[in-house]
Amino acid sequence: MKVGIVGWGASLPRHRIKVEEIAKVWGADAPSYKKGLGLREKSVPAPDQDVITLSVEAARNALARASQVSAAELGCIYIGSESHPYAVKPSGCTVGEAIGAFPACHVADMEFACKAGSEGMFVAHGLVKAGLVKYGLAIGADTSQGAPGDALEYSAAAGAAAYIMGSEGVVATIDDTFSFTTDTPDFWRREYQHYPQHAGRFTGEPAYFRTVTGASTALLEKAGMKPKDFAYAVFHQPNGKFPMRVGKMLGFTKEQMEIGWLAPRLGNTYSGASPLGLTAILDVAKPGDKIFMCSYGSGAGSDAFVYTVTDKITALQQKGVPTTADQLDKNQIYLQYGEYAKFRRKILKAE
Amino acid sequence: MRDVAIIGAKVTACGELWNRSLRDLFVEAALGAIKDAGVDHIDSMYVGCMSGGLFVGQEHIGALMADYLGQCPVPAMRVESACASGGMALRAGWLHVASGLNDVVLVGGVEKMTDVGGDEATYALATAADQEWEGFNGVTFPGLYAMMAVAHMDRYKTTSKQLASVAAKNHDNGSKNPNAQFPMKVSVEDVLSSVLVADPLHILDCSPITDGAAALILVPADMAKKLSKRPGIKILASTAATDTLALHSRKDLCALEAVAKAAAGAYQQANKKPSDVQVCEVHDCFTIAEIMATEALGFFEKGKGGPAAESGATAIGGKIPVNTSGGLKSKGHPVGASGVSQAVEIVEQLRGEAGARQVKGAKLGMTQNMGGTGASAVVHILEAM
Repeated sequence: MKVGIVGWGASLPRHRIKVEEIAKVWGADAPSYKKGLGLREKSVPAPDQDVITLSVEAARNALARASQVSAAELGCIYIGSESHPYAVKPSGCTVGEAIGAFPACHVADMEFACKAGSEGMFVAHGLVKAGLVKYGLAIGADTSQGAPGDALEYSAAAGAAAYIMGSEGVVATIDDTFSFTTDTPDFWRREYQHYPQHAGRFTGEPAYFRTVTGASTALLEKAGMKPKDFAYAVFHQPNGKFPMRVGKMLGFTKEQMEIGWLAPRLGNTYSGASPLGLTAILDVAKPGDKIFMCSYGSGAGSDAFVYTVTDKITALQQKGVPTTADQLDKNQIYLQYGEYAKFRRKILKAE
Repeated sequence: MRDVAIIGAKVTACGELWNRSLRDLFVEAALGAIKDAGVDHIDSMYVGCMSGGLFVGQEHIGALMADYLGQCPVPAMRVESACASGGMALRAGWLHVASGLNDVVLVGGVEKMTDVGGDEATYALATAADQEWEGFNGVTFPGLYAMMAVAHMDRYKTTSKQLASVAAKNHDNGSKNPNAQFPMKVSVEDVLSSVLVADPLHILDCSPITDGAAALILVPADMAKKLSKRPGIKILASTAATDTLALHSRKDLCALEAVAKAAAGAYQQANKKPSDVQVCEVHDCFTIAEIMATEALGFFEKGKGGPAAESGATAIGGKIPVNTSGGLKSKGHPVGASGVSQAVEIVEQLRGEAGARQVKGAKLGMTQNMGGTGASAVVHILEAM
């Protein structure tokens, strides 16, 4: 039984803020931030957008593509995020209700820093493969937090990617997976804190690079594949630089990574990052294409996947559902810092 | 006093060494120096370390390092003089051999700086300034050296381009040093277009935060041949001097008086003059520091250090090659280790083992290490035996 993705959908806010606009407020050097982070701007959720609304829209886009799937057939819903609106009460309950999946459904919210989205994909895939559910919905969504003036403020962005896993009407089979986990404290947010803390440059070499190369190398070896076997590759993208660097370290080319490399114009969508890179790839992939994906979550771990695109993808690509590139590159609304501060509730109107 | 010679030297890689701790780094350097010298024991050891407490929460460094080196119960002492800790440890080791108290002495320097973030590292370093007058009021070292640079530029017409040429030269030298933290070459334009940290200092005018260690074995000069097959390097002079910690208390912001004082003493002790020195490692924590150090050491007249750097006089092949290792700027600045690491570079130069950065025929070399903005200074003159 071939199990894999039967539908995919993305949801991105229309609002953006440029690096220059943030740097101006803090008296920081915009060119060095742009160069250092490898990004120009980031998405900003509107005041009425949160992980739940972004997830609902992404899920609806996925269901619109996989039109043979009824929401009521979804046996599980997993939403991975580090910005769930509630500390206690799953985002999945509201999302499942909104799309009409309930009540026969297993729901859980996932948390593993930026890899919470791929965790849901991993688990939903496993449940379908085990025969416990017919279809499973996995979503990676975030409206990420970056403290004012911190380096994270330039990159912490918003977006959601949704995947329906199943064994019928598969558009991309999941051929192999590998998860790599260690206790590596590079980035965390404790309870009652608004913003995460990070260990500066420690988040690079010993955290992101060690973990992503660890998972990717192991999966390539396990699958008996080489980077050149893939048409596309996508890595977690905390900024514009890291994914390109890690891909090149592993032997992938810029051409293989370009389509899924959204961070320079999207920022870091945390749990949505590598899943959104994958939605952008599925929007354009051809039957037979092999896709390599590796997420990263601080703490730290990576989930890596090998996908093969099937001939069923073409019909779904032609359904007129909004693509990732459409949402990313069209109809943007650029914010000034004051509006951004209001949108992100950094300033509040007096009662 | 007995003549003292260095018979063993070792420096670790410099950089963000995530998998190595303070003790790992020290032990690597110390074992390397012991192996290089070929000695079978040590009588005592002196360890330069600026701030184990603030960087890794560890004090009591002397005994800890003796323990991890497997040398208990030899006497071990940590030496602290801010960024001159390493140079002062060398001086402490030299005193113990010269005085006849010990025959085989290990001198080490170590710092593990990357276990804390940038703000904490900046704070730890700032404790080397006068806290009551400077640190508590928010002044950091880039700010203090920037003030010195502004004063130097104002009086002597030193330019940003001259400062940048120091960085370009040191990165060029560092590109030939396999242990350098930042071995990439940078141009004067790269330095001038890098982020401004404290006007007029750009980020590429500043030395980095570094993990690293270095070690030396010291013995009486007349025992060097008996104890080791390696070429001995004689310590012709070891001097130190002090100045006010607070920059505003200095008579002259444009001069490193403690360095000048220590250098004058060293030339007298060694019976040498500045023009005799063929290779020198100076404390270039910031590019302006190298310019001021080369003036204080008497290589150039006051105010001429900038044009000299720009002219290539301090490059390998120039009048007086300075910081052939890449200096603190490119090789890296593990603060407590830097003074010892400078001596390791000069030992390699005088042994003719410096590879692509070798100064041809170098027989006499010098090291200048300082703490804070020059409140403590230590100078050594070394000669091939």
